[in-house]
Amino acid sequence: MKKVAFKILRFDSERDPQPHWENYEVELEPTDRVLDGIEAIKGRLDGTLALRRSCAHGICGSDAMIINGKNRLACKVLVKSLKQPITIEPMRGFKVLKDLIVDMEPFFAKYRAVTPYLVEKEPRPEKERLQSPQERERFDDTTKCILCGACTTSCPSFWSDPDYVGPAAIVQAHRFLFDSRDQGKEERLKVMNDKEGVWRCRTVFNCVEACPRGINVTRAIGEVKQAIAKGKV
Amino acid sequence: MAETNAYGTRSKPSGGVELYAWIFMRASGLLLLFLALGHLFIMHVFNSIHVIDYDFVAARYLNFFWRGYDLVMLWLALIHGLNGLRTILDDYLKGFARDTAVRMLYVIGISFLVLGTYAIIAFKPVGG
Repeated sequence: MKKVAFKILRFDSERDPQPHWENYEVELEPTDRVLDGIEAIKGRLDGTLALRRSCAHGICGSDAMIINGKNRLACKVLVKSLKQPITIEPMRGFKVLKDLIVDMEPFFAKYRAVTPYLVEKEPRPEKERLQSPQERERFDDTTKCILCGACTTSCPSFWSDPDYVGPAAIVQAHRFLFDSRDQGKEERLKVMNDKEGVWRCRTVFNCVEACPRGINVTRAIGEVKQAIAKGKV
Repeated sequence: MAETNAYGTRSKPSGGVELYAWIFMRASGLLLLFLALGHLFIMHVFNSIHVIDYDFVAARYLNFFWRGYDLVMLWLALIHGLNGLRTILDDYLKGFARDTAVRMLYVIGISFLVLGTYAIIAFKPVGG
């Protein structure tokens, strides 16, 4: 066990006029993750520290935050890989409710706007809809999204314009647009073909760097742009 | 444009001219690469800048090909640049400031476009 130093940006929207930094030190194994450190702080030092976490294994996407200046999942970063003090901030571009908890509702409103499910227009077939391995491969990368918000909150276009639909919603649109079984492409492309849709993307590539799932987000956005330009997928 | 109901919660964007702007930027960028490089080589490499004077340009403009060349380059470069500035203004400004800045940009841009087009088309050599 070794002492590990943390510096966390604290803010209670009901009490504090401004956010402020707090320093903490907890005993951790070098192989512990940042999430373990934050939970140790919450458990042993300051119970008022607020954060979201659920599965703690990089799947649920609830503990995305800024760790040493980069958008990361706290459950996927080892303490030993970071310079100390480890700085922790809430994701940028969302309203902070308390400490590391941000208001994700606008994020999910945009997610819902892209009809993130298979749309059925023709009568349902007798049997399941088959798909070749190649057809499945076409959108494989974007199926990996866990909606953590790391990409959208790393995007300068989103920071400057909260109306921008954002990389995460475009990734979700891509996942269904390029699915051979889906029949709702027209509406989805219409949502994407807007100033606040894909055209707000300036190919900054921050989203690619931020994605904890290794999705090539900018490529997906580029493919959606091309699909709109061609008028079909 | 769909309405904005609250901070960052505009739900369903739809439609727009941005697609055409995007295609134009790529197409004009590609064409300008050749047009501008061609211009650069003719004016600064193949001909010394000491040779280029009024008579040089006047002689060149007797040929309608060069007038067309310059006209296409003027329109593509100016609109390409205007659209680039528009997207930058869109990124950094909001509401009234954005609208005012973009309108001023259009006024200045269209004035230059008209002025440049007039100069290229109406040019008549004098003296010489």
